[in-house]
Amino acid sequence: MVQGNDRGSMRNENIYPPHMRNTPVYIAADNILSPLGTTTAGNFSQLSAGVSGVREHNEPGMAALPFYAALLGSRESFIKEEGYTRFEQLLIASIQPAVADSGIDPRDAKTVLIISTTKGNISLLETAAGKFDPGLKERIALHTSARLVAEYFGFNQPPIVASNACISGVMAILTGMRLIRSGRFEHAVIAGADLISNFVLSGFQSFQAISARPCRPFDRSRDGITLGEGAGTIILSSHRRYAGSIQVLGGSTSNDANHLSAPSRTGEELCHSIVQSLRRANLSAGDIDFISAHGTATLYNDEMEAKALTLANLQSVPVNSLKGYYGHTLGAAGLIESIIAARSLKENLILPSLGFEELGVSQPLNICSTLLSVPLKSCLKTASGFGGSNAALVLSKE
Amino acid sequence: MNRITAHCRISGQTVWRNGDLVFENRETDLPGFLLAAYQYFSGNYPKFYKMDNLSKLGWLAAEVLLQKNLHAGSYRPEEIGITLSNANASLDTDLRYYQTVKEIPSPSLFVYTLPNIMIGEICIRHHLKGESNFFVSPGFDAGFMEWMVNDLMDDHACKACICGWVDLLEDEHMAVLYLVEKGIGKEFTKETMNKIFQG
Repeated sequence: MVQGNDRGSMRNENIYPPHMRNTPVYIAADNILSPLGTTTAGNFSQLSAGVSGVREHNEPGMAALPFYAALLGSRESFIKEEGYTRFEQLLIASIQPAVADSGIDPRDAKTVLIISTTKGNISLLETAAGKFDPGLKERIALHTSARLVAEYFGFNQPPIVASNACISGVMAILTGMRLIRSGRFEHAVIAGADLISNFVLSGFQSFQAISARPCRPFDRSRDGITLGEGAGTIILSSHRRYAGSIQVLGGSTSNDANHLSAPSRTGEELCHSIVQSLRRANLSAGDIDFISAHGTATLYNDEMEAKALTLANLQSVPVNSLKGYYGHTLGAAGLIESIIAARSLKENLILPSLGFEELGVSQPLNICSTLLSVPLKSCLKTASGFGGSNAALVLSKE
Repeated sequence: MNRITAHCRISGQTVWRNGDLVFENRETDLPGFLLAAYQYFSGNYPKFYKMDNLSKLGWLAAEVLLQKNLHAGSYRPEEIGITLSNANASLDTDLRYYQTVKEIPSPSLFVYTLPNIMIGEICIRHHLKGESNFFVSPGFDAGFMEWMVNDLMDDHACKACICGWVDLLEDEHMAVLYLVEKGIGKEFTKETMNKIFQG
């Protein structure tokens, strides 16, 4: 166990420290709340049946013209209690069933809450009619939402907020994994959510990043992203009662150091994250049975990913992107897509990459276009985002 | 043992490197201060002008932190990590961006409506490609930062790490960055970090 501030003073620097580096970290429970359903099982069966949450929407409050997105529906309230914004309701409604399934006690001092989001309560700016005051500043802060959600469940430890653009979800899972492996906590409840608002939609439209049709990751005719709303919760634990569950074996983040809004030209930096993740998982490229890619369906993202996967020697491994089903759910994406990847491992089913017909990247990737039923053991999840950020993690079953 | 081999603190329009006051300009407003500090410490990085105020603040703190300290050549780019945190995420620019939405939404402002863009700017400037993480907390959580950076370094995920706090909203600003390496320096503990943070 970690011993306060004198940790490491007698450590051999060349080996993993003698605490819990190789403690198994299990997925104890999970939940997806999306336009496709309110449980992981419900979501997975919709995806297996080829159902997408993406529709054309005409919402003058969000955009002047109709747009494609996977939205949760504007009148829906996700919990009975009042005093929570839609964003916070969404987090609570996703965390609740996962906590119940896992049997963990949020009040336990060895349990931590990690929230992943990019824009949280940003829609409050839209309703504030230009009046910005200290009350709004406090209400809109991501740490306020995290505190309210933590108090709702009675978490004893202060919550952690991961906000690192589109890698937030994967980064949050990796942070949870590290907190458990280092012995600092035994359980981590990791929840991510984002809502689509005029703020978010107008921004991506200003970049001309939104496709006029449902997005088509890795396809030759892809021309941009589709946005989506949703929440995902993963509960990680080192407790042996979860032995046999899917494990998070390792992961890594990296930065392109190249451009704020365009991905790396070479994919070397995402490749570095992948290689680091495999190293930490003690696996080689040949051990990976499928890849859940970021696959936003922008020209440059998918091309960069194709290069990174090829550099990492993964070009023949089946790949999918779930953006055709969910759209890009921003701070929830890494969670929702990792949960589906874990479910795929359990079910021995690789989902087709919806919207894909003809390969449109320079490397001959093996994009999955039909539902594949094959024995599965390990998979790789990747994510990349604004600010040049990349992340990868490896999931595996025993 | 991980050590703080350099630190930089910017607050109240003053700049401190390793505890020494190296620049101040309280006669102007915050954008004027950021520009004057940029001209004093660099002056030859035109990308600075297009950054939002949060990125300018973080960029400046990293510039001062690394100018004379980072052992260039002793690390590969992917061996240097960066873990930052703040309270207000990108709210300062969120407000500015949303003002433009009523007319023509500005893509050049929208890109700055994420706090980790500041990490991107610092990584581009110093060619850092390692572990990069951004967290939001109501105040600087030195205990969490101590754990996170030690964990990354002990796990061999990086050999050096820049960490700290960069927060800005309207005129209020506070940046404290620490360079953490194996080597000679102050003990990398939450107590040392808090002492430096408080100035």
